[in-house]
Amino acid sequence: MSTLKPEVGSNDHVTGAASAAITIVEFGDYQCPHCAHAYPIIKEIEQTFGDQIKFVFRHFPLQESHEFAFQAAVAAEAAALQGKFWEMHDAIYDNQYRLSDDLFSELAETIGLDIEQFEKDIQTETVKQKVEDDFESGVRSGVNGTPSFYVNETKFDGGPEDLFEMLKESAE
Amino acid sequence: MLEKGTVAPDFELNATPDQKIKLSDFKGKNVILAFYPADWSPVCGDQMALYNEMLKYFSKHDAQMIGISVDSTWCHNAFQQDRKLHFPLLADFEPKGEVSKAYGVYDDEVGESKRALFVIDKDGNIAWSYLSPTAVNPGADGILDALENIDKK
Repeated sequence: MSTLKPEVGSNDHVTGAASAAITIVEFGDYQCPHCAHAYPIIKEIEQTFGDQIKFVFRHFPLQESHEFAFQAAVAAEAAALQGKFWEMHDAIYDNQYRLSDDLFSELAETIGLDIEQFEKDIQTETVKQKVEDDFESGVRSGVNGTPSFYVNETKFDGGPEDLFEMLKESAE
Repeated sequence: MLEKGTVAPDFELNATPDQKIKLSDFKGKNVILAFYPADWSPVCGDQMALYNEMLKYFSKHDAQMIGISVDSTWCHNAFQQDRKLHFPLLADFEPKGEVSKAYGVYDDEVGESKRALFVIDKDGNIAWSYLSPTAVNPGADGILDALENIDKK
């Protein structure tokens, strides 16, 4: 059974209650249609379980298959530097159908980022390295496609619907 | 299935219609053999596409990735171009499945290779092998652990 390496830490983007008993980690790719499909289901999970879960997103861009995947992950990291990771994460999935080179600046503006700073930040090694580090953690954790989910650090063999079902059953 | 410690049987298979690759061509390098059932599996980030993204992690350990299935070189060619794969796919096509059988990972019932991984060290010995359920993409963490163990020796 594959486990999450490294464990969830201060470098991660976390949403939900810090005290939550259940931690869900997704390894995702912003250009992957299966991840876009998972995105509203994850939202539903968050709404249904509230304080009981926290959700972590790590980047797993498949650059050879998806030409905008790495750039999109970098954009989300640059937004994170201005405290708006989740806003960018959501905006990219909402607009996945029209991914292009120009989309990220447009989204940055929509979510209210300092554009000049954003344009500078997406060029830096630091944000690229964060994306690479996430990818490597996925490789080490046994990610075998996107999206891959981990529940309390253990790989969950199933898609988002299965995850939702499992959580409902364990809550009963 | 051949186990750890066995000498990896040498073979010669076509990588393209006019190029053959021998396992022994890679003596002095670590080799990862990934047997898989068929080209064109429908998911994104299928096993071969996934390994394609991870080649730099394998090359850190001086390891060559090689995919093997019973598909023909023409089929491999099209698949490779479509998925932009940067490693060879070998055609275990004629006699069908001969190399898969030599490694003990041929499925007689469906006539395809099973989903199996072998890490072969620089001396040509099998350092690690793993048979995955056919429907499950095994990822790469086991391969990396095996390569790290080789490096420690």
